[in-house]
Amino acid sequence: MLRFENVGLRYGMGPEVLGDLSFSVEPQSFQFLTGPSGAGKTTLMRLMLLSLRPTRGTIRVFGLDAATLRKNDLTTLRRRIGAVFQDFRLLDHLSTYENVALPLRAMGREEKGYRAEVVELLRWVGLGDRMDAPPPVLSGGEKQRAAIARALIVRPELLLADEPTGNVDPLLARRLLRLFVELHRLGTAVVIATHDLQLMDQFGFARRLTIGGGKLAVFDGSPS
Amino acid sequence: MNEPAVEHVAADEPESAFKTNAPLIPRDSVAGRALVVVIAIMTFLACLTAGGALLVADASKAWRSDVLRDATIQVKPGPHDDVESLVAKAVAIAAQAPAVESAHAYSRAESEKLLEPWLGQGLDLSQLPIPRLILLRLRASGAEDLTALRKALASAVPQAGLDDHRVWAARLGAMARAIVILAAALFVLMIVAMGTAIGFATRGAMAGAREIVEVLHLVGASDAFIAGEFEIHFRGLGLRGAMIGGLAAVAFFATASLLSLSWAHSPGGEEIAAMFGSFALRPLGYLALVVVCGAVTLLTGLLSREIVMRHLQRLP
Repeated sequence: MLRFENVGLRYGMGPEVLGDLSFSVEPQSFQFLTGPSGAGKTTLMRLMLLSLRPTRGTIRVFGLDAATLRKNDLTTLRRRIGAVFQDFRLLDHLSTYENVALPLRAMGREEKGYRAEVVELLRWVGLGDRMDAPPPVLSGGEKQRAAIARALIVRPELLLADEPTGNVDPLLARRLLRLFVELHRLGTAVVIATHDLQLMDQFGFARRLTIGGGKLAVFDGSPS
Repeated sequence: MNEPAVEHVAADEPESAFKTNAPLIPRDSVAGRALVVVIAIMTFLACLTAGGALLVADASKAWRSDVLRDATIQVKPGPHDDVESLVAKAVAIAAQAPAVESAHAYSRAESEKLLEPWLGQGLDLSQLPIPRLILLRLRASGAEDLTALRKALASAVPQAGLDDHRVWAARLGAMARAIVILAAALFVLMIVAMGTAIGFATRGAMAGAREIVEVLHLVGASDAFIAGEFEIHFRGLGLRGAMIGGLAAVAFFATASLLSLSWAHSPGGEEIAAMFGSFALRPLGYLALVVVCGAVTLLTGLLSREIVMRHLQRLP
């Protein structure tokens, strides 16, 4: 599904911030991407989302070489990937409902055709009464859930979530994690970037990709 | 996320409980309002140019049809010629010509009256060989066919010369064409200026909406979809500007038409009427203004779409 081979990244003429990363994300797998702050988790997530190009190595997504992708292929691939960003990246002039529906709207689907799905998902993440609210009036946790709902609405094959529980209390964090686990059980491969060790310990079955010093180590989880 | 629940929720959800399809590019911005003002002014000027060109073209057509339907026979008598019989012969020949509808010979008194502005009153002109004029009104269909009449006059009354005003008509036509071409050039310049303003505004809007464009790309929006959203946004601005400018132009022509009616009998009004006709735009002229407004609206949308597409295609 997602394969990195000797991937390295440097900004301009500076030193490599990520070097020789080789790993894969298999279909229906569940993994945490962890490491200290500033280790490069967000950068690696951006590479996985193909919003950043590596300076060396090969990234293959759904069997396609990212280096040779045409723009249309990239659009098609991104529709198979759901992403939750650390800074949410919700559009302030749209309502919560419109933000969550955005990927479906971008696919050219009619609003009537997806309204029920969006409403149900918003209720599922506890935002049923905040559908008309724009992001600036939402709390941090509500924005987080809206961002997660937007990533889930297309039922992605691969979900990339960058610190999805960073702004919520532990109880809600566990609830959101359970949501990801349920999605994983439905067949989605999940990558969650976090530095919350306690949270990871609650989901011991998950694989851990640990990044530090520009290198990556992979630890398999215990069988669930 | 099971499917049956989805259907149940859909049935419960009221239609207008929340916003569902707000524009992805925010509607109100300072740059957007400035563009509306620029488009309104440019549309107004473009409509004035188009309307003015139509007025001149219509007036020119009227001048030429009037001038070409008139012709003049000038009889220049020699020292021993009987001018009255020459005039009578020329009138008789002209009246028989198929192209001539009517012929009116100026009497001696009328001819002398024509000279009064130059020679003054009270002079005895009876000893002078004053040329006599015969005014011909031509049939609309036969205005061009005066060759036979010219030949007949040359053989029967060699002292008579026929002037069919073609030179004047050609000059008037050339002047009108020049005005229309000038108006078309001005129109094109205005459209180019407006296109440039739209280009700047689109690039400005793209810079302001960089975050939106990035998010749209990340959620799987194609370049065409994003460009389409910008097109919708700018077409809306274009429509607002074109409506304001177009309505102002319609009001201008309607007012000018009413004022020209009240001026109609003043000396200045007659001169203006000679140049621009009655200053009243025909219904087809108003339709042309609507077409200009529609074209401005479409141009605004399509141009911004093209600029956005090119910009997005250059992105890595």
